[in-house]
Amino acid sequence: MIAAEKPRSEAEALEAVVIRFVGDSGDGMQLTGTQFSDTSAMFGNDVATFPNYPSEIRAPQGSLYGVSGFQVHIGSVEISTPGDNVDLLVAMNPAGLKTNLYAVKPGQTIIVDADSFTKKNLEKAQYATNPLEDGSLSNYRVIQVPMSSLTKEALKNIEGLDQKMITRSKNMFALGMVYWLYSRSPEHTIEFFNKKFKTKPHLIEANTKVLNAGYFYAETIELIPNSYSVSPAKMQSGTYRIIMGNTATAWGFLAAAEKSGLELFLGSYPITPATDILHELVKHKHFGVKAFQAEDEIAGITSAIGASFAGDLAITTTSGPGLALKGEALGLAMMIELPLVVVNVQRGGPSTGLPTKTEQSDLLQAMYGRNGESPVIVIAASTPANCFTYAYQAAKLALEHMTPVVLLTDGYIANGSAPWRIRKVEDLPEIKTRKVTEVKENWHPYNRDEITLARDWAVPGTPGFEHRVGGLEKDQKTGNVSHVPENHEVMTQVRAEKVKRVQSFIPDLIPEFASEGDLLIVGWGGTYGSLHTAAKQLYDAGSRNIGFAHFNYINPLPRNTEEVFKKFKKIVVCELNNGQFANILRMNFSREFLQHNKVQGLPFANNELLEKFKQIVE
Amino acid sequence: METVTANKYTYKDFANDQEVRWCPGCDDYVILRSVQKALPEMGVKKEDVVFISGIGCSSRFPYYMGTYGMHGIHGRAPAIASGVKLANPNLSVWVITGDGDSMAIGGNHFIHVLRRNINLNIILFNNEIYGLTKGQFSPTSLVGQKTKSSPFGNTQPPFSPGELAIGAQARFFARIGGNAPKEMTDIFIEAEKFKGTSLVEVLQNCVIFNDGCYVKYTDKSVREDKQLFVEHGKPMIFGKERNKGLMLNKLKLEVVTIGENGVTEEDILVHDAKEKDPTMHQMLVRLEYPLVTGIIRSYDDVTLEEREDALTAQIKSKSKFKQTDDLFFSGETYEVK
Repeated sequence: MIAAEKPRSEAEALEAVVIRFVGDSGDGMQLTGTQFSDTSAMFGNDVATFPNYPSEIRAPQGSLYGVSGFQVHIGSVEISTPGDNVDLLVAMNPAGLKTNLYAVKPGQTIIVDADSFTKKNLEKAQYATNPLEDGSLSNYRVIQVPMSSLTKEALKNIEGLDQKMITRSKNMFALGMVYWLYSRSPEHTIEFFNKKFKTKPHLIEANTKVLNAGYFYAETIELIPNSYSVSPAKMQSGTYRIIMGNTATAWGFLAAAEKSGLELFLGSYPITPATDILHELVKHKHFGVKAFQAEDEIAGITSAIGASFAGDLAITTTSGPGLALKGEALGLAMMIELPLVVVNVQRGGPSTGLPTKTEQSDLLQAMYGRNGESPVIVIAASTPANCFTYAYQAAKLALEHMTPVVLLTDGYIANGSAPWRIRKVEDLPEIKTRKVTEVKENWHPYNRDEITLARDWAVPGTPGFEHRVGGLEKDQKTGNVSHVPENHEVMTQVRAEKVKRVQSFIPDLIPEFASEGDLLIVGWGGTYGSLHTAAKQLYDAGSRNIGFAHFNYINPLPRNTEEVFKKFKKIVVCELNNGQFANILRMNFSREFLQHNKVQGLPFANNELLEKFKQIVE
Repeated sequence: METVTANKYTYKDFANDQEVRWCPGCDDYVILRSVQKALPEMGVKKEDVVFISGIGCSSRFPYYMGTYGMHGIHGRAPAIASGVKLANPNLSVWVITGDGDSMAIGGNHFIHVLRRNINLNIILFNNEIYGLTKGQFSPTSLVGQKTKSSPFGNTQPPFSPGELAIGAQARFFARIGGNAPKEMTDIFIEAEKFKGTSLVEVLQNCVIFNDGCYVKYTDKSVREDKQLFVEHGKPMIFGKERNKGLMLNKLKLEVVTIGENGVTEEDILVHDAKEKDPTMHQMLVRLEYPLVTGIIRSYDDVTLEEREDALTAQIKSKSKFKQTDDLFFSGETYEVK
């Protein structure tokens, strides 16, 4: 039995989700779908369903016309239709996949029973090659689960079950997985078993066992739902594709490597929800990408530091606990002033916390989680698509300013999909590295650019620039080890000033809706979609005194931040943490900042924001 | 690696103007000079040489070199060096580490770099003590050893670096006394020649906190009798009289005397450093009398870079993606007017 915890519905935060269960007519898809929609309705979701099954009670097994389906549309807002596009397809056999793929949006998730993709079933579904292997599903997130064999294994010690009964209960495995995915407790369905099989206790036991096995399996593989994200209503003209946040992050680095003429090196250790960036980059050896799966988080970042020293565009990817492990090495990269990007796909913390849920609680760790005075650039992406832009920008800033950059995304945008206007590399801003090749008299490793204060990048293999760097403080001129007190202070200020001067190279903050008035809604990072939607609703409803300012640049802050703030009577800072950005703002500006915070591992819900903003304005 | 005619450089080309700050009498000076003497013999260009270290007395080493170098953070030098080498396989990359740096805080990176067999060289300064933090026991300190953190004697059994390394699939392992500069220099040259991760353990005397820890093996008066310096293809003979040698007695190595009990030179085991099976190498590493020095294991194997290069070339030749635009516009896209 799964401990009864208060169910928290993902769909409270998502506007709506469409799930379709498909399989052979004997696979029990109607029961599965009904159970899911009943459970969701009990949790207070609005629900619309659409059963679709063949007229034959038992059409030939595995055939295209024998496919049975059940679609559920659930949401926190009013649902009036069973939904047009499917966010999650659960396909129990190849025929089900073939006949329902058309309805699934690119970038969305498909869970399949991998055991059913046998030669015989593929033939019945008229597949010439196995779609799980031939790359035809590359635009989807496909989760292959050997459901039949896992079900069989779960039931091996229960007496009185024949082969047919075992095969037929794999639908409960699928249902268990979907319950985990959308944070629903299996309790309701277990009660249903208790009533339905009152006189057959072995069937209660079997079905409960399989349901729980599916639930725990999803938990073990840390299955994450594709989060819903708001796409802008008015789209710029151009060629688009649907992209997931983590893919966009990976592609931003690919583009930056090509533009800067450097090879891309990723040092990484798998961690939810950042691993998909590693998964994406390992595919691109054809671009010369060196993706190194290291022995731990520390080796992930230190191998990247080595690669950066040797002249590659070096990055490391992680999530909260991993960033904690990387802290000392990040300090080294800052001290030796090498370009490096650390991506932190934030999840619920502290400690192991909520690995599959979203949160913004690593902001202060990114800012200050190191010993000594060790400022680094901190920027945050705010939509799945602009993960591309900010990954590119992170690489550009790291290379041009010779400093580590922490790029913050989060589980919500990393696993969300959105339309992305495809950028040609030639249209992206130039990246000019600080690499030196021509030997100068009296060259020292801390020769700096007058404007940015970035030092030269002399890489091994370049004659005449042999030099030593290291974690010990260095003389401001020669770069030799120095313990001179005044020198340490000078170097400390230079490192701080270098990051501060980045202000002149980042865009100003542009508030949306009102640019002056009673209330400025402030957010940063992955909450853009929900904050923007709420602000727009208020504005459209006539509240012309409400503005919205969203931050992508945290350290340094945009130059005009104070000017924007001054024009509003009240400011409310909304974050998925206990007020970390609000506190950074308080350190920088002496005025009052109201807060709206949520720490449930869930994004903001629309109604909670509207309520909060109305209450402040009244 | 682009090669240059040997002897184009002298040891001075690999030194710099920084004052060396180890304690007077420290074996570290011997190692530094041996490295600087070995480098001109390797045929590598100065700008292609990189020294990476962790933390500890030995890890100040890169600051005294005229090459590229990085003084890293505690225990992580093998990981930093792996990144350097994977980024630019043309470089000659050297890791400088100590028994605390590599066996304690950096144990994980130490075993994994050996497992992967990346073509770099590791010099492990083993003095069986923590020097820079002033005298605590290390993972190679002996049971019973009295140190600042074990005033009544150490209770933690030691690692044998060679045993650990070969267990972690080290393909090249050599051991040498800190007072044997000539042999040390030769071993460094062989380590550089070897394709794969080369580990050289130097038995380095710490004059301040663990003085004399190796004298029973390394002192000039006993060295020949207590050490067996092995060379590939040669019988394992030692002793002032060159009349002691190793034979196998069942599953154990046994010291025998040539000319006694009918033992002749032909009966003495011949050292095979290139053998894949590490069983004999482990036995040699573990032996306490005689202490085995020289290149104990030198098994030629594929390196990580070779595997990566081959795979990359194969994928590049097959891929339809030549630049990122090809990828970005591939698959399902749509137009917004």
